[in-house]
Amino acid sequence: MPGADQILVALLTGLADAAALFFVASGLTVIFGVTRVVNFAHGSLTMLGAYCGWSLISRLPPTPLGFTLGALATMLVLAVIGAMMEIGLLRRVYRAPELFQLLATFGVVLMAEDIVQALWGVEDLALRRPPWLRAFVLVGGARFPRFDLFVIVLFPLIFLFLWLLFTRTRWGRLVRAATEDRDMVAALGVDQRLLFTSVFALGAALAGLGGVLALPDASANLGMDLTTVTDAFVVVVVGGLGSLSGAALASLLIGFLQAFGIMLVPKATLALVFVVMAVVLVLRPNGLLGRPPGRERASGETQAVVRPAPRALGLLGLGTLILALLAPFFLGPYALAIATEMLIAMLFAASLHFMMGPGGMASFGHAAWFGIGAYASAFAVRLLAAPMPLGLLVAPVAAAVMAALFGSFVVRLSGVYLAMLTLAFAEIAWAIAFQWVNVTGGDNGILGVWPASAFAGPRAFYWLTLLLTTLGTLWLRRILAAPFGYALRGVRDSRRRAEAIGVAVMPLQLTAFTLAGAAAGLAGGLYAYGKGSVFPTYISLGHSVDALLMVLLGGVGTISGPIVGALAYTGLYDVLLSVTGLWRLVLGAAIILLVLVFPEGIAGGVFRLWQRMRPA
Amino acid sequence: MIEISLSRRALLAAGTAALAAPRLARADAAPIRIGEINSYSAVPAFTLPYRNGWQLALEQINAAGGVNGRKLAVISDNDAGKPQDAVRLAGELVESDRVDLLAGGFLSNVGLALSDFSAQKRVLYVAGEPLTDALVWQNGQKFCYRLRPSTFVQAAILVEEAAKLPAKRWVTVAPNYEYGQSAVKWFSDLLKAKRPDVEFVAAQWPALGHIDAGAVAEALASAKPEAIYNVTFGPDLTNFVRQGNTRGLFEGRSVVSLLTGEPEYLDPLGDETPPGWIVTGYPWASLETPAHVAFRTAYQKKFNDYPRMGSVVGYSLIQAIAAGLGRANGDFASDKLVSAFAGAEFETPFGHALFRAIDHQSTLGTFVGKTALKDGKGVMVDWRYVDGASVMPPDAEVHKLRPGAG
Amino acid sequence: MKPPGPVLAVAGLAKSFGGVAAVAEVTFAVASGEMLALIGPNGAGKSTCFNILSGQLRPDRGEVLLGGETITGLPPRAIWRRGVGRTFQITATFASMTVRENVQMALLSHHRRLWRFLRPARSHFADEADALLAPVGMEDQAERCAGELAYGDLKRLELALALAHAPRLLLMDEPTAGMAPSERGGLMALTRRLAAERDIAVLFTEHDMDVVFGVADRILVLDRGRLIAEGSGAEIRADANVRAVYLGSGATSGGH
Repeated sequence: MPGADQILVALLTGLADAAALFFVASGLTVIFGVTRVVNFAHGSLTMLGAYCGWSLISRLPPTPLGFTLGALATMLVLAVIGAMMEIGLLRRVYRAPELFQLLATFGVVLMAEDIVQALWGVEDLALRRPPWLRAFVLVGGARFPRFDLFVIVLFPLIFLFLWLLFTRTRWGRLVRAATEDRDMVAALGVDQRLLFTSVFALGAALAGLGGVLALPDASANLGMDLTTVTDAFVVVVVGGLGSLSGAALASLLIGFLQAFGIMLVPKATLALVFVVMAVVLVLRPNGLLGRPPGRERASGETQAVVRPAPRALGLLGLGTLILALLAPFFLGPYALAIATEMLIAMLFAASLHFMMGPGGMASFGHAAWFGIGAYASAFAVRLLAAPMPLGLLVAPVAAAVMAALFGSFVVRLSGVYLAMLTLAFAEIAWAIAFQWVNVTGGDNGILGVWPASAFAGPRAFYWLTLLLTTLGTLWLRRILAAPFGYALRGVRDSRRRAEAIGVAVMPLQLTAFTLAGAAAGLAGGLYAYGKGSVFPTYISLGHSVDALLMVLLGGVGTISGPIVGALAYTGLYDVLLSVTGLWRLVLGAAIILLVLVFPEGIAGGVFRLWQRMRPA
Repeated sequence: MIEISLSRRALLAAGTAALAAPRLARADAAPIRIGEINSYSAVPAFTLPYRNGWQLALEQINAAGGVNGRKLAVISDNDAGKPQDAVRLAGELVESDRVDLLAGGFLSNVGLALSDFSAQKRVLYVAGEPLTDALVWQNGQKFCYRLRPSTFVQAAILVEEAAKLPAKRWVTVAPNYEYGQSAVKWFSDLLKAKRPDVEFVAAQWPALGHIDAGAVAEALASAKPEAIYNVTFGPDLTNFVRQGNTRGLFEGRSVVSLLTGEPEYLDPLGDETPPGWIVTGYPWASLETPAHVAFRTAYQKKFNDYPRMGSVVGYSLIQAIAAGLGRANGDFASDKLVSAFAGAEFETPFGHALFRAIDHQSTLGTFVGKTALKDGKGVMVDWRYVDGASVMPPDAEVHKLRPGAG
Repeated sequence: MKPPGPVLAVAGLAKSFGGVAAVAEVTFAVASGEMLALIGPNGAGKSTCFNILSGQLRPDRGEVLLGGETITGLPPRAIWRRGVGRTFQITATFASMTVRENVQMALLSHHRRLWRFLRPARSHFADEADALLAPVGMEDQAERCAGELAYGDLKRLELALALAHAPRLLLMDEPTAGMAPSERGGLMALTRRLAAERDIAVLFTEHDMDVVFGVADRILVLDRGRLIAEGSGAEIRADANVRAVYLGSGATSGGH
């Protein structure tokens, strides 16, 4: 049994963790609350803050004053970077469909990784700690870092500062008004652009502060962008999007959970955080202190009418299909392997688009179903020695069953909360695959999932993949044109109206979720056989992000979007990976460029151009 | 048949010069082609020095006339840390680039994926860094060789030192995934076998890259251990050491730590390096054997930087491959090549080594010693080199551990 | 011939939020073909009342009978199935579909054909949809996207949607809100005509008193959750309580 002193030290440790979480999460929640931008680059801003802070503070005298000056200067630098990011990029895509800004921030994440590496090198940079940063205080009999105590004190101070800023200043009142009703603030003649830029600068400065304050206990390193952003998202969502008090409360919850969790369940700390997030979202669909999202989007906004494919597009599709059928006769084995991956990516993206576009349910964890499908095939092969047809059948079935079980919680939520609950599930699935080594093989994966001999050659496997993915994708399209798909789209357009004409909303959405899961599962099963092995990377956040990028790049609003997006993204990635070491920089820049040129995605943009050129 | 890869190659020639490290280091006439894959963008701290290492070895071997009169060419690809990409790139290297063998890998899963691929396509794969025991044991197969001493070897070397300590109450801290779990399992099994009086009283399993170092340090301290076994590395290790230093976790306790003596992990600790830890690693500054001095001098001259562990792995990998190729007498048919590598002997900056026929593991060893502070930097002192062969389990045991023999 | 008994009968309806009574002991009935207006100042309980009737809220007490059968506390879907159509204060239509497809959706749901996965939705009930669009004057715009309609047209589309399953009762929340005054009369006259032709009872809330007194057969006045008056236009105009509430003669409601 831990003694009272130990509990006190653990409490303090939890408080220090909570403070560190809050500095980053507060910036994220402020940015989201006002601009509605889901800023995936927030972790990158924290990383930049750590690196800038390291460079500045290392050059200043090693005194508390030097550290403070360095921290303030870093916040200033980050504020400028944040403002530049808002002016140069996000401002141009505010009017794009929901979550499209996400794509732009992903571009920034990718670019920031290569830029930081180019500027600061590959080695972790740890700040040299002068004696005052190494000092400790005695708590009971135990030593507790004095700097962590300082961080704990800073937590309420920053919270109070932000609270006063938002409640006691004219700027703050305008920002809050903009949070409640953007149109109203615009109508009052306030320059929203300035407001949004300043909010972004503030959020980025807070991210920078989080990065600087991590330096004495840790280091500036290239992995911190992603670890930070997932933690910050968990905090913001648990607290309630846009709620400052919620972020503070959730920081405390997660901080204590980490500090005490490792005593109770040392092997499951990662999953524990996501389990708690899932539980909170199931019980409180808008987070602890979040408010329900504002009124339903007024009719007539943003949603383009979906019409059946024009004849020309149908012919184009048919032509492409014939070309794809003949591809093995003029493509080399490597090109065929890429083509096979593209086809699988197409089905994967189409399945996400199915629930995200017409279904209105964006997912940050779609790789979960892909991965469950892949692992199901692998288990079928390794444990049951199942033949390939059975292995390929098990994949969509297993994914569908899991999606149905889990989906019943998901469909109660909406918007970013829904997306984050899918992320929570995917992260738990990933943690199981990565950490439960005895069952899943951990990151070593499961090997030897090679296809039956008839399909072992690249051509045969390509044709099999072409058949199954084309059938799967076409079937999803068919469903979207059928009454079920219309009803799904109807719920997205207007949930009130759908309910008022007797649509059973939740069963409908759950079914759509399950179908999307099954299709992703089939893609995963095919992938497992194509690669001969499964790994936790199939379920990773990165893979979910790949799917999102494909759908958003192609365009959410068009049914061909995910197909175009999957082909474009996979092709771009493969080519860049093999021609340049700076592939992230180039890919990120390409994504940002596409966002600016085609705010409705590639397929959407091409469709618009085609319509414009067509004689009236 | 039109090869798409032809156009890709053209793109490559244009693209690489400006942007990337040379993907194709071509020798003059009919070179022996080595397809190399590693996580260049995902794990740059290891793989960039590693690339320097193999480039240096390539240059030296080709300057000396190559292998049996043929030069070596390395075609290098970046798997971005994803085993699935590694498998796809391996397919390209084998089928389009017609490489004679595959090499590389840092992450264990990439190594295993490449090994599985090599068995499927019946092509030789020489793994450099991947540490997992599964590569040569549980999942071992005849087409795969591995250079680095495995998790087992590293743990076994540390156990020799740990068993000499008076400490009886041990705690462990390791990242929660296959590497961390194996490293703890081997260490505790082997130590208990040597010292039945030892007990392990607590274990912490922080998620990789997510350590809550203050809480971990407190949890370990509260078990009142006499000694600590650490497997964390990289940013997790830096956090752990800083919190442990401030909180006095390491004072009056023995610490045994895996890989911490490697410059990649030791250098970021800087003046906070806790002295007296028993570690495996690479004392690059104080290793003065003729082989290492020659390597270090050449490396520093070429890259204006000191060698890291990755540099040694990259350098030795090409040396090992050259030795294996040399024994094949120009017959690079897979089966012949695979047999030629069994027993191939080669020189590394650490000394002489060979590929064991029994499990295709090389006998390259590592250094074990203590950490110390010198001019505000962490260094290894009192080190000795432990040959990998000396800590391997008996052959009968290896046969059991390697069911898919060959 | 009108069927015996009212289409909708509400008895002793009550709902409180945090101790504040939003609706208290409200009792009334609507007959077939009748247009009944529910009016009252802001916060009188009109919306709560409506939301209980259409199933969005569950009452604390009281009963709602539709054609003599209780529908108290049923979900919106079930209430719709029993023949209650609804329009919203802010129109709710499917913006990504054409006008005809909007109505086809309602028809598909009515005929329980939503859970179909193969035949295209556009091939279902197209003629029936046009037959519903004609009376509201929207047949010319059947191919247009609902998202680009003028507001008055959206209101008429909503009416067609609400009529798609041949309801017995139509609930209209502020039917003319947001419309130009010149259009309001037209919409209500259309409603009146359709209700009479199809024997539909109509219950509506409305802020525009010209509309209320011009079209309603009977008027209910709510204030602070209580029914304070009920009667024809003339009776309501003359009612002292109503005058007090609306004109603010100094007396608080119920304070006699």
